[in-house]
Amino acid sequence: MTTPSNALPEPTAFGWRRLLYWSVRRELWENRAVYLAPMAIAAFALFGIALSTIALPHALRAIAAGDAKRAAVLMGPYAFVAFAVMATAFFVAVFYSLAALHAERRDRSILFWKSLPVSDLTTVLSKAAIPILVIPAITVAVTFAAQVAILVLTTLVTLLNGLDPNLLWSHLHLGLMWVALPYGLLVDALWTAPIYAWFILVSAWAKRMPILWAMVPFVVPAMVERGAFGTAHIGSFLGRRLFGGFNQAFSLDGMGKAPIGKLGDLDPLRAFAMPDIWLGLAVAAAFLAMAAWLRRRREPI
Amino acid sequence: MACIEARGLRKAYGKTLALDGVDLTVEAGRIVGLIGPNGAGKSTALSAMLGLTEFEGELKVLGRNPWTERDRLLRDVCFIADVAVLPGWIRVWQAVDYVAGVHPRFDRAKADGFLARTAIKRTSKVRELSKGMVAQLHLALVMAIDAKLLVLDEPTLGLDLLYRKQFYDTLLNDYFDSQRTIVVSTHQVDEIQHILTDVVFLNHGRVVLSASMEDLEARYLELVVGPQQVEAARALRPIYERRALARTLMLFDGVARDRLAALGEVRTPGVADLFVALMGPPNAGAEGAAA
Repeated sequence: MTTPSNALPEPTAFGWRRLLYWSVRRELWENRAVYLAPMAIAAFALFGIALSTIALPHALRAIAAGDAKRAAVLMGPYAFVAFAVMATAFFVAVFYSLAALHAERRDRSILFWKSLPVSDLTTVLSKAAIPILVIPAITVAVTFAAQVAILVLTTLVTLLNGLDPNLLWSHLHLGLMWVALPYGLLVDALWTAPIYAWFILVSAWAKRMPILWAMVPFVVPAMVERGAFGTAHIGSFLGRRLFGGFNQAFSLDGMGKAPIGKLGDLDPLRAFAMPDIWLGLAVAAAFLAMAAWLRRRREPI
Repeated sequence: MACIEARGLRKAYGKTLALDGVDLTVEAGRIVGLIGPNGAGKSTALSAMLGLTEFEGELKVLGRNPWTERDRLLRDVCFIADVAVLPGWIRVWQAVDYVAGVHPRFDRAKADGFLARTAIKRTSKVRELSKGMVAQLHLALVMAIDAKLLVLDEPTLGLDLLYRKQFYDTLLNDYFDSQRTIVVSTHQVDEIQHILTDVVFLNHGRVVLSASMEDLEARYLELVVGPQQVEAARALRPIYERRALARTLMLFDGVARDRLAALGEVRTPGVADLFVALMGPPNAGAEGAAA
């Protein structure tokens, strides 16, 4: 032996990046719906869109004959599939977050996870990464793949009917779609981060039915407010927190009243200058820190 | 440095004292059986050692405070906290991959070797395995980790006799060496007493007895006497006696072997009998503590 054995570096610890990577992988093993549900919905939507291409040649001929109203319809399937995937992803993210630190206590597996050298903070961060980063990324990828499939399918139908594909292509704004979608999902992810962080915190705390505990502190005051004062400030605050991200990203006024029409309408500076985004992220960080603190002290239920 | 060092270890859940001033020293290279009735504080003591619960008093595991230095400690400490804590959804290969991914001292080849000796399929989900197989899988994962301290809390609860025996045989033959320490709590004392080097009896959150097996054997003797010698034997003040058919079984603390040998057959007592002798009848005086 030329190298003394004690010269070998003793394996002491893995870096946080490696621990986070394996923790996220574990989440995806456990929660396959995170990617399967958006994919399944996209497949259903594609099937319906494929059936609807029967009407495509007729529409294209009408457009060629000068029917401008028909042209707007050509983007319909792209928007539809994007909406279907986003809505599915939203529900998956909500239910994932509400179970994140609850299921492991219910099935007692928390005692197994805690027997390994992964800190509570790393675990909580890996679970927060699913709704805040992973699900938006999956949404973009699945939507993009589905939209490419629609493009190929409609182009084939056009060609098979002996029509000029330029007739179809010249009315699609896919460039805008493929820039706006990732941008909008990023803004939305940052915007909604405190909501998912809240759900994760409740999942660490509640003994049963985290969904109720997550909603009661907001729904009850909103109802009392409505009953006592006839106003809806709490409700509108919640609505803004839930859907404000998309409005910020996709409308000219940030209120969802004037939709964007071209790439130049996107205004990242305005979206990221909103103090609400950064305030929300600070609240999200506080919720996640509390969730890690709670997980440390929690026992199986 | 002792592997585990506890001084005045206390833990209260509300008004209930789970641990009431535990003093305990576990040296490295020992296999310690932590034995006590339900609610004696065994699991709480183990939880404190593993940094799963806050505690009062002094406790050092491998020289570290398990609560404040838990993340660091876990590289050197392994545990099976309970039976059936492996999540049902995980597949065998995923469990192996994950532990290999996060534990710097995990030896995948070792784990694969242990698993190859079982009937466990790598593609099975944990929920598809029998209880015994889940315990085998958990043990394979834990034994492949080069840890200094292994803590087992009722690791064979609910397993049949064959699996229980195999579990401890594997642990002793393929894992234990002088560098490692094992602390195990169980109700099935008889089955593990041959592998233990030390026993700790716990009752009402207190250590009733902490001794090595050699000390136990030197100090306690069991005498089997016929009816005619019973009175003579009683004069030597047994700490415990029970009838077995026509004969009487008595336990003595610190009585010379030759004095007992004159009265009947002298044996080394089983840990279970000793346990019963020292703990008294179940629940005597336990109502206050258990409420």
